[in-house]
Amino acid sequence: MIEAHSKRQKILEYTVLLILTIFILIPFILGFWTSFLPTADISKGALWSSHLSLDNYVAAITQTPIIRYLFNSLVVSILTMLAQLLFCSMSAYAFVFLKFKGRDGLFYLVLATMMLPFEAEVIPNFATVRSLNLLNHYAVMVVPFLTSAFGIFMLRQAFLQIPTEVKEAADVEGLSHWQFYARVVLPYSRISLLTLAAYSFLASWNQYLWPMLTTFSDNFRPVQDGLRQLQSQETFNNWGMIQASAAIVVIPTLLVLFIGQHYFKSGLNEGAVK
Amino acid sequence: MEQQVTNNSKKLKQLPQNLSSLKTVSYDVNARDKLHAIWFLGPSLLVLAVFVFYPMLRTLYLSLFLTNNLGKPTVFVGLQNYWSLLTSSSYLASLQATFVYVIAVSILTLIFGLLLAQAASFKVKGSNFFRTVFSGTMGVSVSVAAIFWLFMFNPSIGLLDQIASVLHLPVINWLTQPGWAMTAIVISTVWMNLGFTFLIFFGALQTVPVNLYEAAQIEGVSKSYQFFHITLPMISPTVFFVSIITLIESFKSFGLIDLMTAGGPNNATNLLVYRIYQDAFLNGNYGLASTESVILAIIIAIFTFLQFKILEKRVTYQ
Amino acid sequence: MSIELQKIAKSYADNLVLQDISVQIQTGEFFAIVGPSGCGKSTLLRMIAGLIPISAGILKIDNQVVNQLPPQQRKLTMVFQNYALFPFLNVHDNVGFGLKARKLAPVKVEKRVKEALELVNLSEFAARKPRELSGGQRQRVALARAIASDAKICLMDEPLSNLDAQLRGKMRSEIRELQQRLGLTLIYVTHDQIEAMTMADRIMVLNDQQIQQVGTPTEIYQRPQNAFVAGFFGTPRINLLPVQHAVAKQLVVDESLTVNLNQPLPAGKYYLGIRPNDLRADFASEKTNAALRNLEYLGTQSVIHAELDNGQLVRVTVDGKLTAGINQRLLVTAEQNFIVFNEQQQAVLFAERGKQIGTTSNQQLQEA
Repeated sequence: MIEAHSKRQKILEYTVLLILTIFILIPFILGFWTSFLPTADISKGALWSSHLSLDNYVAAITQTPIIRYLFNSLVVSILTMLAQLLFCSMSAYAFVFLKFKGRDGLFYLVLATMMLPFEAEVIPNFATVRSLNLLNHYAVMVVPFLTSAFGIFMLRQAFLQIPTEVKEAADVEGLSHWQFYARVVLPYSRISLLTLAAYSFLASWNQYLWPMLTTFSDNFRPVQDGLRQLQSQETFNNWGMIQASAAIVVIPTLLVLFIGQHYFKSGLNEGAVK
Repeated sequence: MEQQVTNNSKKLKQLPQNLSSLKTVSYDVNARDKLHAIWFLGPSLLVLAVFVFYPMLRTLYLSLFLTNNLGKPTVFVGLQNYWSLLTSSSYLASLQATFVYVIAVSILTLIFGLLLAQAASFKVKGSNFFRTVFSGTMGVSVSVAAIFWLFMFNPSIGLLDQIASVLHLPVINWLTQPGWAMTAIVISTVWMNLGFTFLIFFGALQTVPVNLYEAAQIEGVSKSYQFFHITLPMISPTVFFVSIITLIESFKSFGLIDLMTAGGPNNATNLLVYRIYQDAFLNGNYGLASTESVILAIIIAIFTFLQFKILEKRVTYQ
Repeated sequence: MSIELQKIAKSYADNLVLQDISVQIQTGEFFAIVGPSGCGKSTLLRMIAGLIPISAGILKIDNQVVNQLPPQQRKLTMVFQNYALFPFLNVHDNVGFGLKARKLAPVKVEKRVKEALELVNLSEFAARKPRELSGGQRQRVALARAIASDAKICLMDEPLSNLDAQLRGKMRSEIRELQQRLGLTLIYVTHDQIEAMTMADRIMVLNDQQIQQVGTPTEIYQRPQNAFVAGFFGTPRINLLPVQHAVAKQLVVDESLTVNLNQPLPAGKYYLGIRPNDLRADFASEKTNAALRNLEYLGTQSVIHAELDNGQLVRVTVDGKLTAGINQRLLVTAEQNFIVFNEQQQAVLFAERGKQIGTTSNQQLQEA
């Protein structure tokens, strides 16, 4: 009786899991599958074609700047990530461990900027970067994001968890603020720093509107806008090659995600739930 | 005893005067800290000032002007821009479309995110595989998602319409019929959101103490009752957090729309941010676009404020 | 390295947390600061360390005014309640952390860390992370860190309060032994009167923002300057009984519970302080003045909680096990060991086996 019941339940559970898996996976599978098919077959709607080949990948790599786009994105994302780790942690340090007049007021001011979506400020920002001569360069995608209110807020929460006695012990040992910051606070908050690193990297990698407005050449265009470029060019109906390009873009991130999954999960939850 | 206490409080009142006369110079921590504060905070404050505070004020300023096609303010019009927007049927339609989109995306993301998290917690063989799959869309950037779904929704060769024709259902022109275009955008957005939402919910589910479920099982409570009366209340802060995050992100949606519908058909998917982009960078109407930016910022500020209130509560009660 | 506090006070805004703290601590002395939570003892320790500024008064270390010196220049070290170990460093690096920060030569750092770990018997755990250690071992790492710094003044802030009772007893003697061997001047903050009594050369009792008494454990126990000190030390707690009336040279709590004075006291309201082991309980007597309310059996002795017929509750300790039922009648009488407190709860007279000493002043707390 109990066995039969549990068997029925198992079947039910697997059915639910399977349906959800299909919903999540279908766009991936279809995309990857068609990336191996000749465009001629795809256009006829013959998705069950057996003319599988890597031709689309070869074409994407040789005929489009997709690799360059990836490289651009990597450069911009890594620079942004490093800058945010440094500047956000420094600011958070000041808000937690330095005592100065107006500290809390300043913190709330920084906090308030989280309410302002970057999307609503693109018009003056575009004018600013134009007058700074940053247009169409890596710098234009990095400089406005050197710091982030979210990062400062998150790291401040993390730094507040450090027991005051640790700070006192460091004071007795005679550590300067820079020493305490570099040798104690940063290693103490490794998990939060890694979370911020992942977050800022992804946020930069997924930037779309801003690079679209500020980059005009393939030398600097990041991958999100690169794919848009490919789609709007003559390759528009070359579905095979487009899918291959998408695959080239998504496979590295998926690999990173799967490898770092365990890590990511705990980090994200710490950042979000704590 | 009581008398002693009153004695002391009398002494307390007298003491501050004594204190000032006794006061010796203590080494000044604050001076050292002040100097450090400049170095530690300077870089961040500079960036925020240039790219957040200044543009905020500038946007507010521009929203009160007519501008030339270089973005320079020409004629001061006061609140005229606001008035013309709020009376423009086209803008109101955009606003309405945005709310429909945001609400649909948020609700569906929550429901499916919870469903995925709950399903991934089933104690079955291979649950690790399902967890990996469910978090998969986190690794998908906006342009890749757009390409995947453009193909799914393609009327002649896309999978959805191929299935429809096999089943003799009417073929839908997903991206060129107003109602269906919105549906397509919503589905794609939800799909893209699910990886992140799943991870957060799954993590939250793990924090619910097992003995609550054990107690429920002993009482003979059904699974669905357990879900609504134990799981949901226990993770309600996370649900709230995710819903507000999703709401805010949806208000800022731009990439999928640009790639999949370009605001069409007939402005059916011309959401707020896309409209700002069109008015400013395609039509050169910076004043009007600034006004739209201010309205967007106000809407998002309200929701972000809500989110803070909730986060703050949780941080303090932990 | 002696330490001198002159009229030290601390206030936050208008809120006074410590006032008029003056004491001289000798080189090599084990000095305990005791008081209930919130009495300002940790604040005082942090002012000595230089972690928080002193609001008023003068602090001298080795006859030098150090009010304006930052902690590292005060040549002292500190052990914290939760040990303040760095979780990302192993035991060895935790101990050597401050030495490295002070840019000591690596060979010297190595030598000192090694010696310190040997002193606390942790040499074989050098490579472990703090989370892989037991509470007692973590405590030892914190001690080793203090030892390695080679400072001659060590401040400890409730270092044993996170340990279980058995371990606490063991660490007490270890710390005391280390202090003697290294000749440290040690200032030890605790809320635990037993720790203070068993370890310290001298004790400072803090309450109500100020010093209640400074003295050796014997003085504190036998000559408490006021009712607070008397009540804080000794378990079970001292009985503090209001004197009903004084008849010539006799103080009367009730008809049977009386003590005799060698000389009469001036008229006034008095309290009689009698330790539970200086009261006698007689269940066999025909005449009774109290009823048994509760009985605690502690092994070598039992504690009687009885209610006098006038409503006063008293504690009496008797040797061995007692078989008596609740509400059983008994006679409670006093030995001739007692302390008399005046209306302000200041001690005015100490009586020990017939010898009676009056205090010079009722108000002034004196260092005996």
